[in-house]
Amino acid sequence: MCLGIPGRIAAIRDAERRIASVDFSGVRRDVDLTCVAEGALDDLVGTWVLVHVGFAMSVIDEAEAQRTLEALAELGEAEEEYAAMRESAAMLEERP
Amino acid sequence: MKYIDEFRDPALAKNLFRRIESLVGPAGGTKEKPLQIMEICGGHTHAIFRYGLDKLVPAELEFVHGPGCPVCVLPMSRVDDCIEIAARDNVIFCTFGDAMRVPGTRKSLMQAKAEGCDIRMVYSPLDALELARRNPDRDVVFFGLGFETTMPATAVTIRKAAADGQTNFSVFCNHILVPPPLRALLSDPQMRLDGFVGPGHVSMIIGTEPYRFIAEEFGKPLVVAGFEPLDLLQAIVMVLQQLAEGRAEIENQYARVVPANGNPHAMAAIEAVYEPRSSFDWRGLGEIDRSGVKIRGEYAAYDAEVKFGVGYGAGKAAGREPEGCRCGDVVKGLIKPPACPKFGGECVPERPLGALMVSSEGACAAYYQYGGTRREEAA
Ligand code: SF4
Repeated sequence: MCLGIPGRIAAIRDAERRIASVDFSGVRRDVDLTCVAEGALDDLVGTWVLVHVGFAMSVIDEAEAQRTLEALAELGEAEEEYAAMRESAAMLEERP
Repeated sequence: MKYIDEFRDPALAKNLFRRIESLVGPAGGTKEKPLQIMEICGGHTHAIFRYGLDKLVPAELEFVHGPGCPVCVLPMSRVDDCIEIAARDNVIFCTFGDAMRVPGTRKSLMQAKAEGCDIRMVYSPLDALELARRNPDRDVVFFGLGFETTMPATAVTIRKAAADGQTNFSVFCNHILVPPPLRALLSDPQMRLDGFVGPGHVSMIIGTEPYRFIAEEFGKPLVVAGFEPLDLLQAIVMVLQQLAEGRAEIENQYARVVPANGNPHAMAAIEAVYEPRSSFDWRGLGEIDRSGVKIRGEYAAYDAEVKFGVGYGAGKAAGREPEGCRCGDVVKGLIKPPACPKFGGECVPERPLGALMVSSEGACAAYYQYGGTRREEAA
């Protein structure tokens, strides 16, 4: 929750709500881009962002993204984040 | 712990360790009175233990583990408040998974869930808002927890809820700020800190300016660092260099991610939605002036404190810590975790008694998982 995780913006899902679909080592989820961009979002497709609890907080380059992913994997934090994303998505699909 | 050969760049790591060794003396460290450098962020604490940096640096240098793990400093009474809200009719209470096992006065959120409260773990406040959208007849409450890194996320979510008129959604705001406890620690006559390693991702939001008082008023160096071991070692070299040269400045080792002025969009969202509380209670540290935020009146409809009449300043006494537990002294860095009589016996990660045993970013859990520093320091 405190350490962000890098993901790559795969597509803009809802420009008005500032939501993109971001790829995290194969796990896709919605990410809010409010804090990294004003105006048009399309140029951001393909770039790496550092994401905290579903919000992109910084645009980073690919080398930095890989370095950060390695460090998170070593700490066991990357897997924890992906698991939290999957569980949260599954929870939303559950019947109330 | 890791061997230096396993570091990403072993030659660079060796070189950094050599520089630390040669600087620690000129910086004023001795075996009898080691330099005390506080790493503020729980992510740094975890990395230090994972790589055994505490064992690899010379004995003239000691890490003091700071208060930068939000679940570790969460007072028990706040967990009680969460459970009180979660137990209300019709409420779905959403939280980050990290908070589930934090002990309250009587139970944790995990136990409350087992007893039938509708408590759900979410990855993001956005998912809690989505849950509210899908369950218009339920009251969805999100537990807003964390430092400046998660604060923009809840702020933007509240603004989205307000824009949508999603009135069955609210946030129970317990966000806290990094700089105020540093001032409190530096003003504590029991503390003897020589310098700081500043948090990377918090600084990415707030920039480096808010730390200036540490150098200017207290004359201590602070270097913002990434959380890779090489980043940490580099930052320690920079702190030692300052000490050796008699300088006290705020420096940035992690400039590739941390701009000096932070993230202005994120700061604007924080500013629009939150205002400081006059004081806030930290587990182990007590009340600290202007160290927490609350939701501004403009967004009162999305403030769970207002909606449920539960929460800060609602007239409850602060929860007492369990008898014999030394969490406060560990948070201040006055003792190492094994010196707590509960450590490893009554208090283990599976059954945490204190919050520092809950998350791998807590000093006690990190000690338990990876083993402590040199034995004599535990005494
Ligand atoms: S061992 Fe448990 S009770 Fe003792 S200081 Fe650590 S968290 Fe607190």
